[in-house]
Amino acid sequence: MATSASHAPVAADRPIWSFWSGRPSMSRMQRLEAFQGYLLISPWLIGFFVFILGPMLASFYYSFTLYNVQTVPRFVGLYHYIYAFTSDNLFWVSVKRTLMWSAMTVPLGIVGALFAAILLNNKLKGMAFYRTSFFLPHLTPVVAASILWMWILQPDIGILNSLLDGVGIRGPKWLQSIQWAMPALAMISLWTGIGGNKMLIFLAGLQAIPDTLYEAADIDGASRWQKFVNITLPMISPAMFFNLILGVIASFQVFGMAFVTTKGGPAYATYFYALHLYQQAFVSFDMGYGSALAWIFFVAVLALTLLQLWLQKRWVYYEGAV
Amino acid sequence: MTTVTRSLSTNQPAPAARKWVGRAGMYLLTIALSAMFLFPFFWTVSTSLKKAVELIAYPPTLLPQQLMWENYTRIWNVGMSISFAQFFLNSTIVTGLALIGQVLTAFLVAYGFARFRFPGRNFLFALLLSTMILPPHVTIIPLFVLFRQFHWIDTFLPLIVPSFFGGGAFTIFLIRQFIMTLPRELDEAALIDGASRISILWHIILPNAGPVLATAAIFGFIGHWNQFLEPLIFLNSARKYTVPLGLWFLRQQEGVAGLPEDNLLMAASVLATLPIVIVFFIAQKYFVQGIAMSGLKG
Repeated sequence: MATSASHAPVAADRPIWSFWSGRPSMSRMQRLEAFQGYLLISPWLIGFFVFILGPMLASFYYSFTLYNVQTVPRFVGLYHYIYAFTSDNLFWVSVKRTLMWSAMTVPLGIVGALFAAILLNNKLKGMAFYRTSFFLPHLTPVVAASILWMWILQPDIGILNSLLDGVGIRGPKWLQSIQWAMPALAMISLWTGIGGNKMLIFLAGLQAIPDTLYEAADIDGASRWQKFVNITLPMISPAMFFNLILGVIASFQVFGMAFVTTKGGPAYATYFYALHLYQQAFVSFDMGYGSALAWIFFVAVLALTLLQLWLQKRWVYYEGAV
Repeated sequence: MTTVTRSLSTNQPAPAARKWVGRAGMYLLTIALSAMFLFPFFWTVSTSLKKAVELIAYPPTLLPQQLMWENYTRIWNVGMSISFAQFFLNSTIVTGLALIGQVLTAFLVAYGFARFRFPGRNFLFALLLSTMILPPHVTIIPLFVLFRQFHWIDTFLPLIVPSFFGGGAFTIFLIRQFIMTLPRELDEAALIDGASRISILWHIILPNAGPVLATAAIFGFIGHWNQFLEPLIFLNSARKYTVPLGLWFLRQQEGVAGLPEDNLLMAASVLATLPIVIVFFIAQKYFVQGIAMSGLKG
């Protein structure tokens, strides 16, 4: 049956299940398999060292130096970290703006996506069309989304303020107003985000809930709300956890939309952390300080993710785990 | 089935009229929200076909008084030294090459993780997954320094070459999850028959992997086409700009010229979004499958 004669001896002496036996020393076949495995994953492994781990270590090193790309890095110890926390007002401004942004967009994004998923989980005619309508904004390039919303939100001749005018409300200056710039950006981000991946993940979670649970609750005379709280929410809590982790991380990274529409303004009202980092590293070419900002950012994201992982056992329900 | 169980329960069955009203409300809400999500698209297309003088009309006209299709040809050849056609060509080159590298190498890496036993495999896989939460800002500064040393700044290479190294955690994870669902017995039977590991990949895994590779390619396409931060940092000259960067560039230019050319910007936005929308409509089902697969097991 062997397709080629030269392979036959190898195939014959190969103990197919030998890797289950857990023998400490590897057989020739196991070594071959391991070698082939490493070979196959080598593109990723090399890429990990060259494009991820190496750069991370490099930026850790730069963060302790004065470095402007043109000259060699000069070691300055903790200077950048001390400067960021004690003297750089814009650092704190950007931290505050970013936290406000997360507090505003993450809960709204998750609740909105869940609401949309529940709505789109109904059996209605034309459902494919509705789902597509909700999803399309998510695919729009962020620059295009920003430009079209700048036009909609144009204070004097924009369609939104014109509609508000029609019902007797004098619309704000949106992206040009200190109070409204961030809510306006949040609105754009909800438009692009609510019907996106978060909603689809919820939708998949909702569809995985067995009908029998709801039928049993019906027999017990449960109300719609009781079913939602006692069946739907626990059953989709893993999806919610997944969305929360990724949502928080993504919200910390907000950049493109603000970069295109407000450039952090007006009066630093939308000056997010990533804008500060970009400004320091790629406008002022202060790579050392930019790297310090990047590492502060990375540690914050990591700590928050670990915290969420630790908190999840209090509220995430995994079927079969209990 | 709920009506059947309800009649068995002690509760009063919901009156038919109330049910009908609830259903009508559901339709109304869904349609209204769909319209809200679609309206900005409609407004962009409508504006893109207006004459410049019509833009400043207040209240704005819902539909163009006269369809200005030439707005699209005007933005396609902006004049100056650069044109939107050039941005499109650049994005096509970058996206096309990056996509080939991404799907090809992610497939190999995913096969390695799914079907081979080697020391440290689980650790390496966990490491791979953890890179998914790594913000790009952490590595972008040293990458800039690295690519500068390679003399790659202001070339397409920084946007293409990294994709040939595994294609990113999400793509590998997606394909690996899929390969895990294929029965191992097929592989093992082929091994007994003396097939090599690479011929198993070619003759057994690949013929089944069409849908997941399509999913990976679609996500990859959208990711590369929409990419903004990396081109912004690695490209300098306008004639090398990709579509999103070119769009941003045109927006800057508009401010300089001081003309209300928002209709042209809207036409450019439509052109920038169109490839994505077309790909989405061709391959809708792969989207939902892909997200469901990665999300549920994530």
